[in-house]
Amino acid sequence: MSKALSALNGAKWSDGIAMIEEVALQGMITLRGNLDDPKIKTAATSAANVDMPGPGQANCADNRGICWMSPDEALVLCPYDDVAENIDMMHKALSGLHSLCVDVSDARAVFEVSGPYARGVLAKLVPVDLAPDRFTKGMFRRTRMAQVPAALWLHDTDSFRVICFRSQAQYVFDLLTVAAQPGSDVGAFR
Amino acid sequence: MLILTCPNCGVTAEETEFHAGGEAHLKRFGPGSSDNDFETYLFMRENPKGVHFERWRHVYGCGKWFHAARCTTTLEVFGTYSAQVTEPPKEILDTISEKRPGWAWRDLA
Repeated sequence: MSKALSALNGAKWSDGIAMIEEVALQGMITLRGNLDDPKIKTAATSAANVDMPGPGQANCADNRGICWMSPDEALVLCPYDDVAENIDMMHKALSGLHSLCVDVSDARAVFEVSGPYARGVLAKLVPVDLAPDRFTKGMFRRTRMAQVPAALWLHDTDSFRVICFRSQAQYVFDLLTVAAQPGSDVGAFR
Repeated sequence: MLILTCPNCGVTAEETEFHAGGEAHLKRFGPGSSDNDFETYLFMRENPKGVHFERWRHVYGCGKWFHAARCTTTLEVFGTYSAQVTEPPKEILDTISEKRPGWAWRDLA
């Protein structure tokens, strides 16, 4: 099998007010079905090893997690090398149930935007209230980043994760680096 | 700016996160219908100044369709509700009656 490469091969940029880094090879599984069904919940939680998040929430730690995408869709994050095994396990657990699980690891790109100004950098790009008391850890938001769809959550203090389509990875990377140019803090959150 | 709340995922966002889907509660006239009904279904739309019912899709969010009742002059949103209905729920109609007494839209009032 050929060697797996992420969209930007782990590109990193740290010359601005926030550090922008592609999180290379994050395993991602789309799970669709009735998210209230205990079997679906168990399939997601056993693959990701975290609790099921509520609507609009994400439970993520390191490279594992579950993100609530819509009333019938969850994104399961796990190590890249465990994806095939997890999908097998989920298929077995969900056989006969109206559901779908698909490996989307290579269809998406993940970025980390970190540093004390990360909030301000992202707030320039998305129509979301990112004030520290309004967008807190555990929240997950699918939205528009300039001209493309993106999903974001606060992964750790001052560290956001952003997921976009792989084909738009360079666009999103460029957007983030422009929004994080040196001296471009607008001071909205301090 | 138009601010909508998606009833499917509960997110409140401004209109660029959504996509307008045209007038709500249309009855389809397809093959076998009269030319007049078909033409009306295809082309005749309300263009009101005031209360209006529309379909919207949360295109950059959860991707689901929903209905919105709003005022076209003030951009006030009276409420959003499920896409799986053929007419607005009573609480939405009551809200509109309270805020815009005497309103009318097609055969609703």
